Amino acid sequence: MSDFFSAGWSIYIGVVTIASLLGCLALLVITSRARVNPKDDTGHVWDHDLRELNNPMPRWWMALFVITIVFAFGYLVLYPGLGSSKGLLGWSSASAYRDEQAQADAQLATVYARYASTAAPELARDKGAMAIGERLFMNNCSGCHGSDARGGKGFPNLTDNDWLYGGSPETIVETITHGRQGTMPSMAAAVGTPDDVANVAEYVLSLSNSPHDAAKAEAGRAKFIVCAGCHGIDGKGNAAVGAPNLTDDVWLHGSGRAAILRMVNNGKTNVMPAQEHRLTSEQIHVVGAYVWSLSHGGAKN
Amino acid sequence: MTSETGTASAAPRRTVIPIAAEPSTGLYRAEKKIHPREIHGRFATWRWILVAATQLAFYGLPWLEWNGRQALLFDLAARRFYIFGLVLYPQDFVYLAALLIVSAYSLFLFTAVAGRLWCGFACPQTVYTEIFLWIERRFEGDRSARLRLDAAPWTFDKTWRKTGKQATWVALALWTGFSFVGFFTPIRMLVQESAALSFGAWEWFWILFYGFATYGNAGWMREQVCKYMCPYARFQSAMFDRDTMIVTYDGARGEPRGPRAKSLAHADLAAAGKGECIDCTMCVQVCPTGIDIRKGLQYECIGCAACIDACDAVMDKVNYPRGLIRFATENGLERGWTGGQMLRRVLRPRVLVYGGVLLAIVLAIGANLALRRPFRVDVLRDRGTLAREVNGGRIENVYRLQVMNASESPQRFHVSVAGLEGIAVASDPELEVDATGQRSLAVRVQVPLEAAGRAGTGARPIEFTIRRDGDDRPPLVERSTFLIPR
Repeated sequence: MSDFFSAGWSIYIGVVTIASLLGCLALLVITSRARVNPKDDTGHVWDHDLRELNNPMPRWWMALFVITIVFAFGYLVLYPGLGSSKGLLGWSSASAYRDEQAQADAQLATVYARYASTAAPELARDKGAMAIGERLFMNNCSGCHGSDARGGKGFPNLTDNDWLYGGSPETIVETITHGRQGTMPSMAAAVGTPDDVANVAEYVLSLSNSPHDAAKAEAGRAKFIVCAGCHGIDGKGNAAVGAPNLTDDVWLHGSGRAAILRMVNNGKTNVMPAQEHRLTSEQIHVVGAYVWSLSHGGAKN
Repeated sequence: MTSETGTASAAPRRTVIPIAAEPSTGLYRAEKKIHPREIHGRFATWRWILVAATQLAFYGLPWLEWNGRQALLFDLAARRFYIFGLVLYPQDFVYLAALLIVSAYSLFLFTAVAGRLWCGFACPQTVYTEIFLWIERRFEGDRSARLRLDAAPWTFDKTWRKTGKQATWVALALWTGFSFVGFFTPIRMLVQESAALSFGAWEWFWILFYGFATYGNAGWMREQVCKYMCPYARFQSAMFDRDTMIVTYDGARGEPRGPRAKSLAHADLAAAGKGECIDCTMCVQVCPTGIDIRKGLQYECIGCAACIDACDAVMDKVNYPRGLIRFATENGLERGWTGGQMLRRVLRPRVLVYGGVLLAIVLAIGANLALRRPFRVDVLRDRGTLAREVNGGRIENVYRLQVMNASESPQRFHVSVAGLEGIAVASDPELEVDATGQRSLAVRVQVPLEAAGRAGTGARPIEFTIRRDGDDRPPLVERSTFLIPR
């Protein structure tokens, strides 16, 4: 027990506790020898004629006092209470918590066992499994991805069919379990002069048919070769490294010229934290199926 | 220990009876067991009627069915509380507070009017003591027989009488505990579990604990509970005044007490120098708290009126008028008022205030219950994602609506939103909630960019309107905010 700097405090508390209990017992014995005369009043009078008398207490009341003292000794022997003594039962709040946790896990295990061997597409049709999945999502994922799983700036939308790392149930489970770290390096130096960077940005805009300057885009086409290493020569991205598709209308970190220039010049690192230490693999399987179902027409409210 | 006692006040017509001096004693005294004598009469009949009514309700209510479920069930695990047609949620806890307030004010009112009526006639402590005493009498006989039996050595006769009594007490106590748990666990399920004694841990605990409390309090503790444990006993005296009807002994009529020749007629009492009290001590023998009412108002008196029944029976026998011990007010006794004169003082300010407050609270709760909406909605705006721009030039906020259905059939709900120009629900606005169930719905709300620009940045107040299908009452409106980013 680290609360005490030395055993002295522990002994001090133990002695005070025992002395107090024995003191209570002594007080009971001493007072039981006292004599009272029920006809004596204490001299207190209320409402003209209400007098306080000096009646004896019932004996069973004293028995209750004695019982509490006996109980206290029993408690101090069995449970932690006397300074740093751990008690004969070895009980602690931490162990009680662990026991309850283990009990709850055992109960849940039977529920999850049914789902563990079921494939995600089938699980997505199971109302009970999806209710559990939704709750897991609410407690663990919605903080970033939102209650409706549509994310926001920097946090991917999980309900469309656009995936950075792939949208198969297995990949989703992999993403949840180990997390992801997506890095877009600063490419300004590799691309060339600021003019070259501006031209590449125009070319990127042209890939998704966004408003762009056609002449500059044409000039930037050749410089895009340094981007193609990750985003592909056609700009459709690469799920193996989490490089986004630049030809669609999904812009995780913002759309438009300014946002693209910012990304090329400064780069960006985005992290999906690993959940393997927070959730069991059975839970990840269920919440993964729930996430998969969101882009497959299932789990609508 | 302290105790209060109201002694007779200085009144001209009333003789003050001195309180008999008890010898000095230890600070802790063994309480003598009280063996009240059996009594019949007006008030005893009333008490038995109330015993029957309260216990019929207690033992009987868990067995009533309502629409295929237990009519009265407090399902703590599921946190649903069924009271006939009503389904209450933990959020409705205020009704429990209201019930307690009504109970408290009723107690104030009854006590101001007629003293400890509750204690003497309806309190569980009195009611179960009455039942346990009845059982005791069946096995051991009435007061004198019980006193003899207690003093007798342990013979076979004494052993079987005591054993039979205890066994019956324990059986009744266990049944009481069982019925109590039946309000929280469906009682028919408990019956099935009892076949194999497969109760849950908490069911076991409460059946045994409640049973033990009943057995201990009604079998052994009895008046000790009223004298030393009950807080109401003590604070009820604060609600008494000089116009409260209490059980009183008319000292002016009764004193000087004492035995007399059977032939002494009522008309000749004054000449013989005697009061009406023949000092038969019947009033003391029937008293469940073991006091002598002739000493005046005492805190131990629970107002059960057993002494009134006893004294009336004796007065009938000796041909004296009834009412030597009767319900009367202190003022009435002092000034020799008739019953009618005392009753006229019932409508005094204290009673009117208690009654008025009680009536107002009951009406308010009744109206509140009648107008209670059978569903409840909480709106939570997503905290993680504040606001986002979506395709089509719109700002979107996400909310989570927690919808609780407090009716016993599935219900459909429709969500709409208002408060900003062009604001609309972009996700499915309909949801269905199971009977007595609850669901949460992610709701996306959108505002066009231009309208958002005109409204200004920051949190703008909006209102959600939740309509239940087929409900013609005004819909439920919940306030929230819509966040417009810079």
